[in-house]
This record gives sequence, C-alpha cells and structure tokens, in this order.
Amino acid sequence: MTMLRIVNTMLDYDFMRNAFAAAGVAAVVSGLVGYFLVLRGQTFAGHALGHIGFAGATGAILLGLAPVWGLVGFTVAAGIGMGVMGERVSGRDVAIGVVLSLALGFGLLFLHYYTAFAAQATSLLFGNVLAVDRSMIATLIALGLITLAALAAIMRPLIFASLQPELAEAKGVPLRFVSTAFLAIVALAVSESAQIVGILLVFSLMVGPPATAQRLVTGFWSGITLSAGIALAEAWLGITIAYHTDWPVSFCIALLSALGYFVTRLPFETMIVRNTSPRV
Amino acid sequence: MNVLEFDHASIRIGGHVVLAETSFAIKQGEFIGVLGPNGSGKTTLMRSILGLLRPSAGSIFVFGRTPRRGNALIGYVPQVRTVAPDLRMRGFDFIASSIRGDRWGLPTRGQADRNMIDDSLAAVGALDLAERPLSDMSGGERQRLLLAQALLGEPKLLLLDEPLISLDQRYQETIIELVGRFARERNITVLFSAHELNQLIGALDRVLYLGNGRAALGTVAEVVTSPVLSQLYGTDIDVVHADGHIFVFSRGRDVERHDHLHDHAQDRQHHA
Repeated sequence: MTMLRIVNTMLDYDFMRNAFAAAGVAAVVSGLVGYFLVLRGQTFAGHALGHIGFAGATGAILLGLAPVWGLVGFTVAAGIGMGVMGERVSGRDVAIGVVLSLALGFGLLFLHYYTAFAAQATSLLFGNVLAVDRSMIATLIALGLITLAALAAIMRPLIFASLQPELAEAKGVPLRFVSTAFLAIVALAVSESAQIVGILLVFSLMVGPPATAQRLVTGFWSGITLSAGIALAEAWLGITIAYHTDWPVSFCIALLSALGYFVTRLPFETMIVRNTSPRV
Repeated sequence: MNVLEFDHASIRIGGHVVLAETSFAIKQGEFIGVLGPNGSGKTTLMRSILGLLRPSAGSIFVFGRTPRRGNALIGYVPQVRTVAPDLRMRGFDFIASSIRGDRWGLPTRGQADRNMIDDSLAAVGALDLAERPLSDMSGGERQRLLLAQALLGEPKLLLLDEPLISLDQRYQETIIELVGRFARERNITVLFSAHELNQLIGALDRVLYLGNGRAALGTVAEVVTSPVLSQLYGTDIDVVHADGHIFVFSRGRDVERHDHLHDHAQDRQHHA
C-alpha cells in the first residue's frame, strides 16, 4: 500500500511521468539491441559510438540544432563506417580508440565555442532524464520504433551470423551487410540510451542488462525478453531511488546495472544453473 | 552421377596457388578422408565447394552445377575453434539459428522445425545437449551438436573440417563411427578432413591427399605410397606399414605428428 502511495505521489509530477516514459522506451530498445551487442562481443564499438555521438551532439548545439539529431546523425554515420571497414581490419580496436578520443576532443572544442550552455555538456555526458519534455518522448518513441523495426527485419540472419559466422556465410548470409546494418541499429539505440543515462553511461542500459540476462537464462527468446525486462526494471527503479535519495538518476541506474551483473556472477550461481555436470 | 567434380580447377588465395589444375570426381555415398599438411588447402577446398571461393581456372561441379552459397544439399561443420567457448546459449537455440538463417525477419520456429532438431539430435545421441549451454559442453559434445546441425534438412553431402581436432581418442572414434553410419544409412557423401590417417582407415572409402598445389584421390593403397606423397609434400617421404597402421615419415620424422614443424620448413622454402 505504501509502495502504491509512493508511486502515486511520484507520478503526480509531470516531469516524473515524462522521465518514466522516456526511460521506459530507451531501456526496452537498449535491452533488446544490447542483447546482440553482448552476444557478438562488440560492446567496445557501442562505447565508441557514444563518444562519437558527443561530437555530433555538441556540433548540433553549435549550429543551433537539437543535440539529439547531431547525436543520431554522427553515430549512425560512424556505425555504418565501422561496418563498412569490416571486422578484419587489423588494429581495429586501436583505430576505434583513437577515433573515439578524437571525437570527444571535437565535442569539447564545439562546447568551447558555445559557452552559453556549459550545462549541456553535463547532461549530454551523464544524461538528464528529469528534464525530458513531451516532444522528446515523441522523438524517442519514433526513433525506438524505427530501431526495433530494423532489428526485427535483420534479426534472423543476425543471430545466425553472430553465433556461427562461417556457416552463415556458407549458407548465403551477406555478413558485411548484416554487421553494418546492425552497427547502424546500435547507433540509434546508443542515441536513445544517451538521452536517459548520458553518453558515458550507455553501458548501464546496453551492456549490463543483456549480460545479466545471459548469465541467468540460456534460451534465445527468454534471453532477449529478460534483457529488455531487466533494462526496464533497472531504469524505473533507478529513477525511483533517485527521487527518494536525490542522487543523480544515471548513477542509480548504473549502480543497479552493475549490481545485477555482479550478483549473477557470484559463485552460488553455478550451483543453481548447472544442474547437469559436463561430460567428456 | 558425380556428387563432386573438379575439372582442371585452380584455386588461388592472394598470390598463393592452393590448387593447380586439379581434376578428380567423387561419387554418391563415398566416405572421403581429406588429408595433407597444414596449409595444404583442406579448408580452401571445402570453401570452394560451398561456393565461397571461385576457381581461378577450370571448373568445379557440385551435384552437376556450379557451386553456390546456401546449397541445402550440403551440410557443413567448420573448424570447432570458431565456436565461442564461453557462449551461454543452449544447444537447441544454437543450432536452431541455422534453420533458414539466411532469410530476413524474426527468427521464428515452427513445430516442424522443433521436431526436425529433436530428430537430428537424437540421431547423434545428443538429445541431452538441447537444454545445456555451450559454455558447459566439452569439445566432443560441441562437435556432436555441430554434427546434428549439419544433418538438419537431410543433406546429401557432408563437409567436415577437422572435426577430430582437440578431441580425446575415445571421442574421436565415436565421431568417426557416427559419421560412417550416417554415410552408409542415408547414402551421404562425406568429405572428412583430418590430420591423421590411421583413425580413419576403417571408415573411409578413398583418400584425397592434398599438398604442394596438387591433389591425389584414390584408395589408401594407391595414394599413401612413397612416390605419390613425395610429390605432394615436395620432399622424400617414406611410408611404413606396421601392425595395421600406416606411418608417413620425412627424413625419419613422422609428418602427421610434426605437421607444424614441416609447415615452417615449407614456409622458409617459400620465402627463400
């Protein structure tokens, strides 16, 4: 009963209702897309896309555009670029590392010339879900639907190519196209996630929940559903905790995300999940 | 009809000629052991049959046609090291991803697909792997799972790329026995690449020995001889029969067991 009352008072505020709606949309999209990101071992690429998005967002501010469009434009372009470069480009990790720090540097430069909104930097880097307005929610929903539609369209070859690339290639899956399309989808999801938890903490929605889900269940559909569910629960619980403690929302979500992951990695988990012992 | 026909086919990767003007034909239901030193083109041969590599000269025919990707008549097991060892996904979902995996849309599965997977798992005695994550499976169990996957959709040609690698002796025999049984019962043609000939001797009909851009196809007695192998290895080879086993030596060194050493020696010659 008290729980209900707390939720009710929270939802009396317009900005809280907006925060829940925006975080809900971004969390579900991040949880679903992140499942494949973790499965493919491409979390670093997701991280890099966030940083590149920072340059895009600050550049957009400088030009007088909404930062979200700079974020989307830059990350999607970078995602496609990475995909086209291909996975066998040697020293790719290093290349991404260099490009992402350069992108952050450019972001700083753009901010430097647009001094009026220094606070923008903090909200871009660490998120500001309590300042989300209705038009942003509409944008998030539209972007989210596009992201999920694209993911649904390539999901079948994507899961095949992620699990067994050699066989998928032999069976006629266009690997390069699928991986490029997927990175563009990741870019959209990063843009969504960055609106809630900020560019630096996109991992808390895109990596923590899917990694936790993959520790808990071993089915594909159960995994992807649980990943979205955990992301949603952590985002909403994070906002609730922030509301009561006055801690930053992004911190609370990041904390829950890390807690969820590390709890499932504790040794007692092996006793529960491994009900059959491996044989020769 | 020949299942597989190489007609003066040459395959190059970059500037390196893997197969030069090679001709041979394989009939339905044959169990072929594909042998040869590392880097002799066993994987390349399979990739060309799958339509992933085109011959630079000559032709390849698979079931009488030019190889094309996505041929449902071919079951393929790539080398096992490419399967993520820490993948926490259950066996059933892992192999289900290969069913019509080249189509767009959501990876939905019908009851017919589920039955097909169960039948295939049962056929290799691996029904218990359906619910277990790959991270908990041994190398032998993963190989069995991949074999079950390769049998989905009733292929007529099985390409198995080093399926015995990193398996212990007992499991190696199990895999050979399983594959041999399928080949007979279902009249499937098998190309089974391996490092060592001796384990396969009981199961195979003919060997396809690769080396130095050449290939020799024939019975063990025809191919595994000093003159043929000396040509393929590009060095003097002695073949010793002992106790039902065959040992292939180069200057007193067992080449099958010292493949890597041999390879490096060849590399040096190459660069010189």
